[in-house]
Amino acid sequence: MRFGFTDIWRGFWSLVTGMRVTLQQFFRKPVTVHYPHESLPVPDRFRGHIIFVRDPETGKSLCIACKSCEKACPSDCIVVDGVKREGEKKKSVTEFKLDFTKCSLCGSCVEVCPVDALKFSKRYNLASTTKTEYVQIDLVKDVEGRGS
Amino acid sequence: MNIPEPLRLVLFLVGTMAFVGLNAAYLVWVERKGAARFQRRPGPTEVGPAGLLQPIADALKLLSKQLIVPSGVDGTLFRAAPILVMMPAMMCLATMPFSEALSARDLNVALVMVFAFGSINVMAIMLGGWSSRNKYAIISAARIVSQNIAYEIPMLLVVITLVMVTGTMNLREIVEQQAGAFWNWNLFRVLSNPLMPVTFVIFFVCMLAETNRAPFDMAEAESELVAGAFTEYAGMGFGVYFMAEYANVVVGCALATLLFLGGWQSPIGVLPGLFWFLLKLYVLVFTVIWVRWTFPRTQFYGLLNLSWKLLIPVSLLTLVLTSITMKLF
Repeated sequence: MRFGFTDIWRGFWSLVTGMRVTLQQFFRKPVTVHYPHESLPVPDRFRGHIIFVRDPETGKSLCIACKSCEKACPSDCIVVDGVKREGEKKKSVTEFKLDFTKCSLCGSCVEVCPVDALKFSKRYNLASTTKTEYVQIDLVKDVEGRGS
Repeated sequence: MNIPEPLRLVLFLVGTMAFVGLNAAYLVWVERKGAARFQRRPGPTEVGPAGLLQPIADALKLLSKQLIVPSGVDGTLFRAAPILVMMPAMMCLATMPFSEALSARDLNVALVMVFAFGSINVMAIMLGGWSSRNKYAIISAARIVSQNIAYEIPMLLVVITLVMVTGTMNLREIVEQQAGAFWNWNLFRVLSNPLMPVTFVIFFVCMLAETNRAPFDMAEAESELVAGAFTEYAGMGFGVYFMAEYANVVVGCALATLLFLGGWQSPIGVLPGLFWFLLKLYVLVFTVIWVRWTFPRTQFYGLLNLSWKLLIPVSLLTLVLTSITMKLF
């Protein structure tokens, strides 16, 4: 290896340049979002587990219990049941159970729904110490307990 | 000041130990916070305001851990090494004048003493690695020895240059010669040595290498050697090594301040000397951290090449140039 004085100077100057770059970063704002204390907005197309769209007039689900989603589901993780009530044109849902331990969030159920009663939620920090809590997520109870 | 000698002794002993301990603890915080800011992260925030209690939490954790001495190690050396690593830093600080009136011992060979004890530090890390009976630790020990030999030479050559210019090894006298405005600092005394700024850079680089700081932290290159010489140390044994690293950085930066940056001398004539000494000291310490988080670790032959092929020739050149200019003018 040959060292010329220009090489030495150029090498030294490259080190100084590097240090200048890091010092500029030093005085800029950290980009970290301090997660448990603050969090980023969830993107629009985020896929959490499916939930019912809430009918703003009745406060209930739009589901007509046609069972298309049950048939469309490739993982067999949806169970739907419904009744035809007196004086109502459509059937209404009585039971909608989602097995989130099997769901792969493919979205076939959301796509196939004829009345657009299903949508993806934005729930991303689900946690439980028991598996059973997510084997049968009751979406009917969820939509009735939900504010919007 | 008229403090009786025994009391003065105790005061300086306690003061030096407290200074070293506090620095070691809080430089870890500064390092972590600094590293975070260089990488645009917030760093420690959870323990106390801005993570300020983090060093205390770390110390409590390390202190509460069992001190394991693995079977097959050389027990005496293994236990002695952390103490040997910490002691030189405190001994060195005893000779350093913090301000006009604040120095533990006014030695006329202070510089020699600092370098004598400074090399014990590296030897102690080597002993720790050697006695650990661990292949990583032994590789690390071997690296430390060759690195130390390589960088001790240019550092001493540079210091000889400086001693030729100042004509004394007493740190107090060296600082007193640099009184007045900042162009009186040794860093800018280009009339007696035209390469004085280069001398300072060489000193700083060698100081980084001697204290095993990145980019020269070959001794504890964690991607290759686990934790190097400290691999087998648990709890506070490891903690003392960790503290010693920062203590040695402080000693190195303090020495650079005294030798090149005018020690406690104020460049504009306001505020007490202690303030200026600490300011210069911590600016240098910050630079050390800054360098660490800017450059990746060098390879080992690159490290030796830098010393033998560049730093030693250049420091010899400054030595020769200094003697010529001093003879001529």
